[in-house]
Amino acid sequence: MEMVIFWVLAAVAVGAAVGVVAQRSAVRSALFLLVHFCCLAGLYILLNAQFVALVQVLIYAGAVVVLFLFVVMLLGVERAEELPDLRRVQQIVGGLLAVLLLAGIAWAFLATGPGPAAAPGPPSRWSGVGKAGSVQAIGAALLTAYAVPFEMAAVLLLVAIVGAIVLAKSRLER
Amino acid sequence: MVPPSYYLILSAVLFAVGAAGVLVRRNALVLFMCVEMMLNAANLALITYSRALEDVEGQVFVLLVMAVAAAEVAVGLAIVVSLYRHKATADVDEHDRLRDWVT
Repeated sequence: MEMVIFWVLAAVAVGAAVGVVAQRSAVRSALFLLVHFCCLAGLYILLNAQFVALVQVLIYAGAVVVLFLFVVMLLGVERAEELPDLRRVQQIVGGLLAVLLLAGIAWAFLATGPGPAAAPGPPSRWSGVGKAGSVQAIGAALLTAYAVPFEMAAVLLLVAIVGAIVLAKSRLER
Repeated sequence: MVPPSYYLILSAVLFAVGAAGVLVRRNALVLFMCVEMMLNAANLALITYSRALEDVEGQVFVLLVMAVAAAEVAVGLAIVVSLYRHKATADVDEHDRLRDWVT
């Protein structure tokens, strides 16, 4: 059963990713991106990361896609991209490079990744990934061992807010 | 139980699709979407490792990556808006003012 769900989610995720790349209209690309993010949230649940799946839906499917759609609407209806013949070469070369990249990453994963019977490694300080209270374990890790990165993420978000406002402010208002 | 390698291969495929999009597409907004897809593929690999090693640290990394990605989207879209204001197009090939010193 889990296998079936995995294959369905994986197929839809890859299909939506291809849709994002192949669609001429930016609005449709954003909607495919939404489907893609939701499928990834499903995969996270399969991987027993319920909290991350929830955050994925809230942040990516909720905030990021809405932001994308908002900017697409702000910039007016997107004209379909014209693809002159010159760019055909670029498409072919880009596709080949991506396939090469895929081969490289897959080789790296399969050569070094943990097999199905990988040793669990040293006993984890943060046990409880498999348990239902995974939020508790994440919170404990975030606020003890990873407290500094956590606080720096807060500062980064503040900087991003200020930067976005400064960049998007029209020159006339200054 | 799905073997972790399946998830890793899926992550590699999604990353490659995103990279292909960055290489092929010219619309700045779609390029951003493809970058987001690549970040998500990396997140999927991190969560897979987190599951395979029974360790929650991978999920902590994913949360931090999401924070960085959210900041990146906010600033990036602001840049796209101001580029559009400068020259009324989101096509990255049109914004080539800094390229002129080569030719």
